Amino acid sequence: MFKWLDPLAKPETLYHFCGKLTPWLMSSALFTLLLGNIWGLGFTPTDYQQGDSYRIIHIHVPSAIMSMGAYMAMAIAAFTALVWQIKTAQWAVLAIAPIGAVYTAIALLTGMAWGKPMWGAWWVWDARLTSELILLFLYFGVMALHGAFSERQTGAKVASLLAVVGVINLPIIHFSVEWWNTLHQGASITKFAKPSIDPSMLWPLLISLLAFSLLLAALTCVRLRTAILENEQHRPWVKQLVSKA
Amino acid sequence: MQPRRKKRLLSMLLVISLIAGAVGAMLFALQQNINLFYTPGQLIQGLGEGKIKPDIGQRLRLGGMVVPGTVQRDADSLKVRFDLTDDSGEIATVEFEGILPDLFREGQGIVAQGELRSATVLAATEVLAKHDEEYMPPEVAEALKGIRHVPPSQQPAASNANYGG
Repeated sequence: MFKWLDPLAKPETLYHFCGKLTPWLMSSALFTLLLGNIWGLGFTPTDYQQGDSYRIIHIHVPSAIMSMGAYMAMAIAAFTALVWQIKTAQWAVLAIAPIGAVYTAIALLTGMAWGKPMWGAWWVWDARLTSELILLFLYFGVMALHGAFSERQTGAKVASLLAVVGVINLPIIHFSVEWWNTLHQGASITKFAKPSIDPSMLWPLLISLLAFSLLLAALTCVRLRTAILENEQHRPWVKQLVSKA
Repeated sequence: MQPRRKKRLLSMLLVISLIAGAVGAMLFALQQNINLFYTPGQLIQGLGEGKIKPDIGQRLRLGGMVVPGTVQRDADSLKVRFDLTDDSGEIATVEFEGILPDLFREGQGIVAQGELRSATVLAATEVLAKHDEEYMPPEVAEALKGIRHVPPSQQPAASNANYGG
């Protein structure tokens, strides 16, 4: 595996690799996003208990799951950057952070919009909601620490350290609904048992989940390429690239 | 692996496991405070190993299932009174004046926030509905569970009169 991954640590190779990947990722992300959301929001049956309000699940659940997926990806990049000192991994941390933060914000806001009509409250300080809010602050913290030091290297290192340490929050978010009494219900699909959601509603949800993960990958590629160009702007290969364009 | 990398890898793993341990210990210590609500069983039998019971007059949240047939509505006001239960079989009563959420039904899980009036009676200021993680079309729910949910807005007026007050 390392034989295949090793060349990608080189900024120039990674730049072209991401460039090749981006159009495929972006087009498949848009296709699945449209398919999953139009199917899920418009053409699934209503829920026996919640009527039409439950439909927001097709945005809420994919963004919530991928807000954690993005964090895991960011933490792996940060860990790689700290241990192997690969600078492209370091740039990937900052490339993923804002995307993950937006996913977390979407999950929180759609959750609030869902909570008001169903639970009767916009916000409740239960363990699931609070730990997801902490995830948003972790993203903010990583981004803020990155820019908080006059020396860029130090900021990058400290931000990576926070990203790695913050991984502890992920199992807390996931198991919060099992460990404590919460207003938030338990997991419907992220468990080893059969999903407790009817197949007619499950399929569009899984497609939306795929769409959110593809979109995350596509946006990360775009942001990573920008970061590579920015950091390598004085290198000959970038100058050559610019003069060609 | 180079010795320097190995050292960095080990120190990283050490830092992560130490902080994970610290957070774990902290959450364990705060266990009783993180629970959003007491269940009727915890209210009556006490919570945790210490069997700590809340004091009368304490503000707390109580969560459980609305016992079918116990919902009493006042004919002239928004006052409502119902019983809650959980797996333990203990029963606590909630008194509330106000508008209940749409999902409020007999057999539904709810969380009520308010002041403990006596050992088993809560004077609630807010009632929130809790729903489970199951989603299915109405036909499937009827075939699978034999329940038929009618939203309160579509309920015939006659059925509300059954509650009396």
